[in-house]
Amino acid sequence: MNFKFQFKRQFLSGPYMAWIVGFIILPILMILYYGITDSSGSFTLQNITAITEPIHMKALLLSLKLALLCTAICLLLAYPLAMILNGLHLKRQSFVVFIFMLPMWMNLMLRILAWQLLLSNNGILNTVLESLGLAKVQLLNTSSAVVFGMVYDFLPFMILPIYNSMSRIGSDVIDAAKDLGANTLQVFLKIILPLTVSGVISGIIMVFVPALTSFVISDLLGGGKVLLIGNVIEQEFMQSMDWNMGSGLSIVLMVFVIASMAFMNVHGNEEGGAAVW
Amino acid sequence: MKRKLLLATVPLLLAAAFAGCGGNGNDTEVLTVLNYGKYFDPEALKLFEEETGIKVEYEEYESPEEMYTKYKAGSIDYDLLCTSDYIIEKLIGEGEALEMEHDDIPGYQNLDPSIIDASASFDPEHKYTLPYFYGTVGILYNTDEVNDAETESWDILWDSKYDGKIIMENSMRDCFLVPLKRLGYSLNTTDEAQLNEALTMLLEQKPLIYAYFVDETGDEMAAANASLAVAYSGEAAYAKSLADNLSYTVPKEGSNLWIDSWFIPKTCKSTENAKKFLDFLCRKDIARMNFDYVYYATPNTAVYEDLDEATKNDTTIFPTQETIANCEVFQSLDENGTELYNRLWKELKAN
Repeated sequence: MNFKFQFKRQFLSGPYMAWIVGFIILPILMILYYGITDSSGSFTLQNITAITEPIHMKALLLSLKLALLCTAICLLLAYPLAMILNGLHLKRQSFVVFIFMLPMWMNLMLRILAWQLLLSNNGILNTVLESLGLAKVQLLNTSSAVVFGMVYDFLPFMILPIYNSMSRIGSDVIDAAKDLGANTLQVFLKIILPLTVSGVISGIIMVFVPALTSFVISDLLGGGKVLLIGNVIEQEFMQSMDWNMGSGLSIVLMVFVIASMAFMNVHGNEEGGAAVW
Repeated sequence: MKRKLLLATVPLLLAAAFAGCGGNGNDTEVLTVLNYGKYFDPEALKLFEEETGIKVEYEEYESPEEMYTKYKAGSIDYDLLCTSDYIIEKLIGEGEALEMEHDDIPGYQNLDPSIIDASASFDPEHKYTLPYFYGTVGILYNTDEVNDAETESWDILWDSKYDGKIIMENSMRDCFLVPLKRLGYSLNTTDEAQLNEALTMLLEQKPLIYAYFVDETGDEMAAANASLAVAYSGEAAYAKSLADNLSYTVPKEGSNLWIDSWFIPKTCKSTENAKKFLDFLCRKDIARMNFDYVYYATPNTAVYEDLDEATKNDTTIFPTQETIANCEVFQSLDENGTELYNRLWKELKAN
């Protein structure tokens, strides 16, 4: 491979680099700038320390709580699902994966709006419950509905990486373990679980991060009663027109995101899993 | 007022953006108008173009805050703008509005003097604005579950009988006006003690609330998902058109009278054309077209006189003189007031 050829190949990444610079790096720099200045443009850390205000802390803690809950539920649902999926006949597997992917072809807003109709007081769920002679439930506009929506929306992001790492385990490895006298539980604990850790970790990141920063789902399914940190930031930008405060809080949220990813990455490597990012 | 038409406005905005790219090769005069979504009959726009030969670049927005940001960004020079009272006051204060010289607009004579008077709160000398539609904020309720007498007072929104059946406004000032009026205060107060009292009252109410909504209110009430809602009269009229068992009233403690008005921003390229447009929309036939299209209270007396009795007496659309006298128009908040409101609003939502 000569130098000229390599140069040309790098040139091909030009559009992508322009995209990254224009739409990712520049906006982040602007957020950093707004975050550490006040409305007159002079330096301040007030927008960042504002996270310690009780209202903001409350929103942040609620976001962390709901995101953790959502991640845990996704993991509990996705792991057995991935195992079942992996056990299916190969042709069926791709069909079932297709089924899982299908909702993602639709716009998030539409899907969440559909949940609004399903869960509302006189919605489909309550109509069914009533016709069965059961009591109505008020699910919509509560934190439970928000977690519900998040789980529904982010579940494929947990299933796919776990399923991927599972399907990479060769059947000969499992056969060998069985030949050497391992029972099913031992095969699971000593072979399957360690070999899927990397999938689990990327699944956790892919669910936890969007769940932590989400504001649309809490807006639509929380009825304006569930205030997450994402909603606070949105409000700073859209209602209060305080871009500085919004940016300052965004920086804090970014730190949380990066910290959680770093934490996961370190642990992923310790357990011998493949690098996640 | 604040409409849901996000989906409808997107293609329009795109169209406007592309139209802007095309440049103006020919010499036809262009009038750039910015208005709330679904707030002008497209047929009437066509008529204006045919009659005057002036091309209208018509743009829409959803919330006054969005409009403010868009206008202030300054990438498009608007010739004419229609928006809500308190935002106009803010823009006049910033020196963004041109004097209108109403004498050049003969159609101005058609407008109800009492509404022009009420506009004094944001345009004290009646120099800058021309009222377009107006309405109130009140209680929209399901007559199967709530009796009329109860809704005479805002108190019903604190009645635990309706636990989980109450919808409140999800916009700061419309939400706070309810406890402020219930306490007998002005809805324009920036007194910290009074606003804190209002917040305490809202926090006390929060466990009873089904949801805080703006645009969803009408549909949710029509679907009977809640029994009571704080709503704009326009939203209420829309909801009533969907379901027969809904009724609307403005409680006796008073409420908010909102007036959406036109003004000429200083970016206007031809005030003459802008005034032509204003005169056009005050004309009886055009005002009637827009009334039928928007179905909010029109200040145009020529149109009002021609309506059938049932519509005239529909207090959801046309508030009575008594109600109007009992209502206050929003005034824009100063910086400290805005900050205070923002904090209290977050406090309400976080707790």
